[in-house]
Amino acid sequence: MFAVDLPYWAQSLLRVLGGTVAVLLPAGTIVYLFLFKMMSFMQSRLGPMEAGPYGSMQLFAEVGKWLQKEDIQPAKADKRIFKMAPLIVLVSTFLLVAVVPFGPDAYFTNFDAGVFYMLAVSSISTLGILIAGWSSANKYSLLGGLRAAGQLIAYELPMVLAVLGVVIQAETMNMQTIVLRQNAGAMFGWNGLGNPYILTQFVGFVIFMIAVQAELTQAPFDMPIAESELVSGYMTEYSGFRFLIFFIAEFATAGVFALIASVLFLGGWGVPFSWFGWHGVNDVANWMNIAGPLIMFTKMMVLTFLMMWVRFSYPRFREDQLQRFAWKVLIPVALLNIMVTAVLKVVF
Amino acid sequence: MLAAAASTDINVAENIGFGIIAALMIVAAINVVRSSNVVHAALSLVAVMAGAAAQYLLLAAEFVAVTQVLVYIGAVMILFLFGVMLTRARVGRETDLNNKSWALGIPVALLMLGSMVYVLLKAFGTDHLDPVAQVSTAELSDSIFKPFLLPFWALSFVLLAAVIGAIVLARKD
Repeated sequence: MFAVDLPYWAQSLLRVLGGTVAVLLPAGTIVYLFLFKMMSFMQSRLGPMEAGPYGSMQLFAEVGKWLQKEDIQPAKADKRIFKMAPLIVLVSTFLLVAVVPFGPDAYFTNFDAGVFYMLAVSSISTLGILIAGWSSANKYSLLGGLRAAGQLIAYELPMVLAVLGVVIQAETMNMQTIVLRQNAGAMFGWNGLGNPYILTQFVGFVIFMIAVQAELTQAPFDMPIAESELVSGYMTEYSGFRFLIFFIAEFATAGVFALIASVLFLGGWGVPFSWFGWHGVNDVANWMNIAGPLIMFTKMMVLTFLMMWVRFSYPRFREDQLQRFAWKVLIPVALLNIMVTAVLKVVF
Repeated sequence: MLAAAASTDINVAENIGFGIIAALMIVAAINVVRSSNVVHAALSLVAVMAGAAAQYLLLAAEFVAVTQVLVYIGAVMILFLFGVMLTRARVGRETDLNNKSWALGIPVALLMLGSMVYVLLKAFGTDHLDPVAQVSTAELSDSIFKPFLLPFWALSFVLLAAVIGAIVLARKD
């Protein structure tokens, strides 16, 4: 459906560039708007003000600072794995963005098992965190890595189960089709808003967002990097650009997960198709390839705003509370949600 | 590779990809048993699993490939590493990794290889499979939940028994 037929290498190059933008732009925006500014305002201070108007160039200053720092590795660390660990975490983020659709033709892959793929590659980052903690040869790092692994395994399950509700309702695991189903859908015959799954799958949405918060090891689930007791856990020994990679990966993953949540629950790139009299993906106007990414970006900002709001507001869970919350509250509720969804799907 | 070379429509790129990934997998697999550090061995095993997933992708079996990543890399290997790090996580070389009877493993491995090669040759011989037929995820789930429902249930019961067994073993009170 592209107006110009690009050769394969040009398409691949475009995809790589698009993926890089889709990972780095949200990360930068989230760090500046939320981490620098929103947190400061919530704490009655101004935040960075010197670099650029309202400190908007602060990010570049920070990146420059990190890049010129000395690359320190602990003497007894397992050097090769120590260097590999941050990259594994970042690669997981880049793999995640590959299935997110941004418009009727603006996607990286139109993958049948998209949701399944998303759940699979998001678990790769656990591997990076675990070996980062181990290879630092530092007991705080090891403890942090172990806590992170335990937490990520525990919260992986409610995330999978929460997404299942959407998959049952959409009858597909293809992210693009999930978007279409929501925007072409109707609620009891009224199609003015489409049928965003946040209304029918609200329980699933809440569980998904909580699980994402835990997967990102953000407060109130930041036991693995608890700075006051573990000195940042698995990141303790990292400095310079390796720390920068961890830092980018954390906020980029927050952005990508918000994009995925907006695809699964908020209707993704689409507008309700009835507004323009569209019926299927073939009717959708070409300008949606430009408007779609903007809509996705807006939805992502709203969701990351919620995530950061929670992050800056709540105190940390204790390790046992955290595990009990996952296994005894979230998983049973998610299972119940699946059961109710399946029954209603068969009945209607 | 031999089977593909004999057929008329050879997908050269796929065969080259297969060769490279297979070579990397063999190197990683040797590293698993040769490494003097448990965590390095486990990470090499991750590389082997990832290679297997890549091979599935080359065969256009995307669902199996994703399952391989989710189950083996995302769950099994992480639990494995978790266990290793909780009990004997040492950076550097370890000396007592080799079992005294390690040589016994060689005939067992050869026997396994022999029986697998025999079964594959017996079953397929010189048959040519159709050039990769795309199986969609929906078709796959239809075949699991229609003709193969009973084996699927049987497997689920085996897994359930294993889960209950694990709980019984782990609970002390």
